[in-house]
Amino acid sequence: MQRRQSSKTPKQSLQVHHKNQTDLSAWRKGGTTDSEKRVQDPQSSNDQKNDSKEDSLEQALSYFEKVQDRDSLKKSSVLQKHLATVESIALQRGLPPEGFNVLLNVALSGKLADTVNTRLLKSLIPASVIPETSVVSAVSWLCVSKCSSNIQLLFLRWLITVFDFIDHKEKLHAMYGFFFSFLQDEKLCPYVCHLLYLLTRKESVKPFRIRRLLDLQAKMGMQSHLQALLSLYKLFCPELVTITLPGKMKNYFKNSEGPWKAAINAVRRRNQQDSPVSQQLFLGTAQPQSRKRKWNTQLVIPASSTNRSNLEEDSKKSRVDLYSANETFPVEQLQTFPQLLQNIHRLEFPSQMGSVLTNPLLLHYMNCIKDESIYLRLYYWMGQTLQEECTWCVADNSQYEEEFKDFLGTIYKTECFLQEGFPSCEEFLYKSLPLWDGSCCRSQILRLVSWIPLSNFSEMKSHLYDPLAQLFFTSSLYFKCSVLESLKELLQNWLTWHVIQLDSESDTRVPSSNTTLSGLVNTVAELINFVGWISTVALRLEKKSTFLLYFILNFYEAVCDMYLRYNLPLLIMPPAGVFYPALLSMDSVSLNQLCYIMYRYRTNLVAAKENEQSKKKILQFKFSSQTYQQYNQYIVAMVGCLWTSTAFQKDIHPQGLRMDEELLKKTAVQEFKTSFNIVYHPAMMGFAVLFLQQVCPEDTTFNFSLIKGKMWNWYLEYLYTQGLKGLKVFIESSINRVSQASHSEAGD
Amino acid sequence: KGADPQRTAFLLRKQWTLYSVTPLYRFSYAHLRDYARLLSACIAAEKQKGLAVEIGVELDVKVAVSSLPELKGSDQDQAAILVQLSSRSRASPKNSEEKLLWSGCFCCVSGENPAEKEPEDFTCLPLFLANGAESYTALVGSWFQKTFDCCFCRLAISPFNLSWMAAMWTGCKGDKTTCALELLFSVPCLPQPLDISYAVHPEDAKALWDTIQKTPGEVTQEEVDVFMDCLYSHFHRHFKIHLSATKLVKVSTAIASAHCEGIIKFLQSQYLTEVLMLLTELAIVHIQ
Repeated sequence: MQRRQSSKTPKQSLQVHHKNQTDLSAWRKGGTTDSEKRVQDPQSSNDQKNDSKEDSLEQALSYFEKVQDRDSLKKSSVLQKHLATVESIALQRGLPPEGFNVLLNVALSGKLADTVNTRLLKSLIPASVIPETSVVSAVSWLCVSKCSSNIQLLFLRWLITVFDFIDHKEKLHAMYGFFFSFLQDEKLCPYVCHLLYLLTRKESVKPFRIRRLLDLQAKMGMQSHLQALLSLYKLFCPELVTITLPGKMKNYFKNSEGPWKAAINAVRRRNQQDSPVSQQLFLGTAQPQSRKRKWNTQLVIPASSTNRSNLEEDSKKSRVDLYSANETFPVEQLQTFPQLLQNIHRLEFPSQMGSVLTNPLLLHYMNCIKDESIYLRLYYWMGQTLQEECTWCVADNSQYEEEFKDFLGTIYKTECFLQEGFPSCEEFLYKSLPLWDGSCCRSQILRLVSWIPLSNFSEMKSHLYDPLAQLFFTSSLYFKCSVLESLKELLQNWLTWHVIQLDSESDTRVPSSNTTLSGLVNTVAELINFVGWISTVALRLEKKSTFLLYFILNFYEAVCDMYLRYNLPLLIMPPAGVFYPALLSMDSVSLNQLCYIMYRYRTNLVAAKENEQSKKKILQFKFSSQTYQQYNQYIVAMVGCLWTSTAFQKDIHPQGLRMDEELLKKTAVQEFKTSFNIVYHPAMMGFAVLFLQQVCPEDTTFNFSLIKGKMWNWYLEYLYTQGLKGLKVFIESSINRVSQASHSEAGD
Repeated sequence: KGADPQRTAFLLRKQWTLYSVTPLYRFSYAHLRDYARLLSACIAAEKQKGLAVEIGVELDVKVAVSSLPELKGSDQDQAAILVQLSSRSRASPKNSEEKLLWSGCFCCVSGENPAEKEPEDFTCLPLFLANGAESYTALVGSWFQKTFDCCFCRLAISPFNLSWMAAMWTGCKGDKTTCALELLFSVPCLPQPLDISYAVHPEDAKALWDTIQKTPGEVTQEEVDVFMDCLYSHFHRHFKIHLSATKLVKVSTAIASAHCEGIIKFLQSQYLTEVLMLLTELAIVHIQ
């Protein structure tokens, strides 16, 4: 009481000044005292100046350490000076760790007037860390209530704001009970709740504390700060308390950042120092409810929350407390990868497995844990959800297409992350594809197709290929390309799976897969044949569209390398309906792609032949002679077209280019023989024109017949520099030896 | 054979809404009392959103969770679980009358060939019946979903299955009380909804069925089709309406009545197990 009375005078006299300083930003703007002027000095990095500042801070600190009686700010110019020093240095560079003990002690001991204490507390801006000991002694001052309630409040707000700057927190945790007792102060209660929220660990949650909080709740009604603390208690001990938070809650605590936050950020920016990232509230207990949907709607992916059905713990409560080391780590707290690594031994999957879909950390964990029940839980949930929420299988669902799209997208992302398909998703596709219109959720569905696990052909044919083919033939060019793209992904996923399977088998020497190699080869072959068939038809339907051809050839880029890249004893040539449109394409991109593919086929076939001949091991599978035969037919046609200009005579493929001389003469095309070589080919002629322009700029007649002999070789070099890498590797591998002869031939 | 009539009598003469439920993860019959405690606190918390509730204290809504081993088809089946919510009036102290607010029953009544062995940690009770306010169904259902990682879906009964029920239940020996076989059809694609109710005297229906069924105790798809076709052609002769072009919505017999939206009413205790067996089968198909 006495203190208050005596402090009245300076308070009144300083009212104007005090008002000015309630906000740090105002303080910075205003320039009334000497100290502030100093702050506003241009920021010189003058060493002398810095030294003098440090000296003055030291002086100020030692002054505050020794200050005994109630110096009044008005009367004591010494106090004014030192206070200003502390304020200016704090704002500019932050205070060193050793300053906090002194300043907290003086501010909370009630020796000085409240105005001074307020100013001191407001300037407690850390340069680096705050020693825990200083906070502990401050709390002890708090407990003896030497200071006014305003100062207590300000101190708590400061403590919350700088919580992450305190170097250790063990002793603070030990004082949990002290803080808890401050809850009864109505004014402090919101801030104490916030502080307790930051401090609470599982072992802090005790039945008597829950009861105390519930009493408070009964007295004060619904208060967001109490709700937050109680939900945290529920998180740690779901068997003791339960609470349901209204959906809209966003802010659980009053803003306690006060004047410090901006100043701390400014100091940090100036000092270019990393500081601990402020702890995020992890109240995940309130799930955002999907509007207007039924309670058992499954499209809402559940939030991860700790499994609460573990009641054995309940009965052995006391023992659990003793051996708290084997406690589980609540999934709600799992925020970072290092946390995952540190707690991986005591982590438990959330109560609803569906929540892992949106939690990459838990997906990592899932990848490490081989537990059947995880997959079963996910299987049941996902199967039901897909079945019930599918917008084209269930009537009345069509308004939720966007939500369903998102859900399918999430599943696809998860499958990519885990690098495997979900069986429930496969079943869903088989069930729903026959009913699908091909447009609803198109890209999502087609992506999911690429993760269908390998299974036997009869199943795939009736469930996947047949419905897909129907849609394929009747849909747009874009749809066709999307289907081809996802089938390519499907093939690659299967091949990758096969390679991994091979690796793990060689590791354990136990055949782990239930799919035999011949089964795999058959299934892959069927997929490739299916794509060959739909590609042939599609090229006819779409008038040999270059865009479509690009996607088809992309698929065959994967096919032509299966033997060498994926160790699968299978090679299948594209059908003539794909090969010839690509060979005679108007576009150099397609032709170049075809050349590359034929080069890879050659490399793979040669490797296979060598393997076969050396007979290192008895080969279970041999490429059929038909494959070699087909390759040879194609290569004759290609070389005949592009190089030797003999395609019309030498092509022996039944669907090939062979034509009677008589018939060709009837076309009245002159020089028909050369019309598809690398100079005259419609896809290449543009290059030939540009080449001629460069070589003989004065000649404007475009005499292509000039390109022969040496010029032929230059032309080739020119083509290679134009990015036709596929053509290059093809010519170098398949023609080189012939080329010497054909050079002279072409040069004739 | 057959359920103990006393313990299962609560199921009779009430409307039950049907759900299918995927297997419960880590459900334990040893903790039913704990579940009741948690569930009642959860209901209280949900009712007063935002206020926390201590678990284990007396609350307005009392929850009882008990097992009903009587309700199963074979020994392999798990015991059924009964959840009952009743209100406790604040004014009068204990022992005052509790009013039953809502009840729900998880069960698995499978036939002779039990389902394949269920995986460890899972309890398979695929059929869930609920009676009472939907808001309580939502509360209890959500709690089970969260706690045992399962999914609830409304179990609709297709017209195809309804016609099976019509045929099978006609064949059963009814009580002395005569209760007509009543079929309700709805006519699709009309501006105004039009329902057609078709009632047949139970003895006539039984006589018809007896001429169709070849082996007693065994029903085939063909027989069901013939039975329905006979009823349809009879109706057509009188009213010139093809019922086969409408949708069968509801079937009522002396044994039970079933609505396509997944609502059932059991009327005779001696056929309770049979009806539940059929419903369990439908639920299992639904969750697979």
